[in-house]
Amino acid sequence: MSLVVDRRLSLLDRLYLPGIFRGMRITLKHLFKRKFTMQYPEQRWTFPDGFRGVPALVKDQEGRVKCVACYLCQFVCPPKAITIVAGEMPGNKVEKFPAEFDINMLRCIYCGMCEEVCPEQAIFLTGTYEVAGAKRTDLIFNKARLLEIGGVRTDPIMKWAQK
Amino acid sequence: MSPARTAGVIGPPLTPESEKKIQEALKSSEEGLFVTRLEDIVNWARRNSLWPMPLGTACCAIELMATAGPRYDIARFGAERLSFSPRQADLMIVAGTVSKKMAPALRMIYDQMPEPKWVIAMGACASTGGMFRSYSTVQGVDQIVPVDVYISGCPPRPEALLYGLLLIQEKLQRGKKG
Repeated sequence: MSLVVDRRLSLLDRLYLPGIFRGMRITLKHLFKRKFTMQYPEQRWTFPDGFRGVPALVKDQEGRVKCVACYLCQFVCPPKAITIVAGEMPGNKVEKFPAEFDINMLRCIYCGMCEEVCPEQAIFLTGTYEVAGAKRTDLIFNKARLLEIGGVRTDPIMKWAQK
Repeated sequence: MSPARTAGVIGPPLTPESEKKIQEALKSSEEGLFVTRLEDIVNWARRNSLWPMPLGTACCAIELMATAGPRYDIARFGAERLSFSPRQADLMIVAGTVSKKMAPALRMIYDQMPEPKWVIAMGACASTGGMFRSYSTVQGVDQIVPVDVYISGCPPRPEALLYGLLLIQEKLQRGKKG
C-alpha cells in the first residue's frame, strides 16, 4: 500500500523570496572574499625549485654544448622520446658531440630521468610548461630549439675545461 | 594577438605571413563589429562559447577538472559548460590513455557531436600514446579522429590546457573549420 504525503508549500515558500535572499546572501558574501582565480595569460604561476617542465639542453658559460652524445638519456627515457645522432670531433679530447638531438615533446612525460642520469649535466628540466601545437611534427624539438629553451647554466667546476 | 603568444610562450613556430594573417583576422573581428563580415561575427561567437566534451579516460582528466575549478577557471574563456552529452558539445578534449578497446566508443562519441567540431588531444597518451608503447594502446588519437591541437605534458598543467584552448580559439577566428 502506498502512502501519499501531502507536501504543499507554505505561503512563504511559494513566494520563493526567502530562498532567493538566502542564495543572494551567499553570492554577495563571496563577492567580498579573497579572489582565487589566476588571470592566466597575464598572470603566471611561480614554480618551486625542482619543478619539472620541458627538458632542454644547456650550454656552459663559454657557449659550449655540454652534451657528449653518450646515449644514456636516450637509453633511460621511459617513453623513448629522445633520439640522438652522434657526431665525431677529430683532434679533440671529447671526441663526440650530438649532431642531432631530438625530443618528441608529445612522448615526453617530464619524469626527469634524463636529467638524473646525465653524467655531463647537459640536460635539465626547465620551468617551461606550456607546449602545444597543431601538428605532431611541430612538437618534435630539435637541438637548436632545445638549446634555445635551455639557455646557459654556469658551471662552477669547469670539469671539461679542455673540451 | 592573444596575450599568451606575446608572453614568450613556446608554441609551434609561426611564419611571418601566418602571423600577419592572424593579426588581420583578429583586427577585423575586434574593430567595427557592425561593418564586419557575418562570418567573423559567427566565428567570434563560436570562439567565445566552446562547449567541451570532457572525454577523461585517465589522470589528465584530474587536471581537466582542475582547469574547470575556481583557481584556473575555464569559464573565463567561455568554455565552462562541460557537456556530458556529445550532442551538445563542439570541442572534444581527449584527456587520457585511449586503449584499442575504447577506440570505437571514442569514434562514436566524435561522430555524435554536431558540426562544426574540434578536438584537443591533451597529454602524452592522447597525443602519441606516451609511455604506453604497447599493443593495447592507441598510439595517438589522430589515428581515430582528426586532432586540432596537441598538448604536451604528463599530465599537462591547467595553464597548458588553457593555452591549447587559446590556440583553438585562434584557429577558429581564422575561420578554420574543425
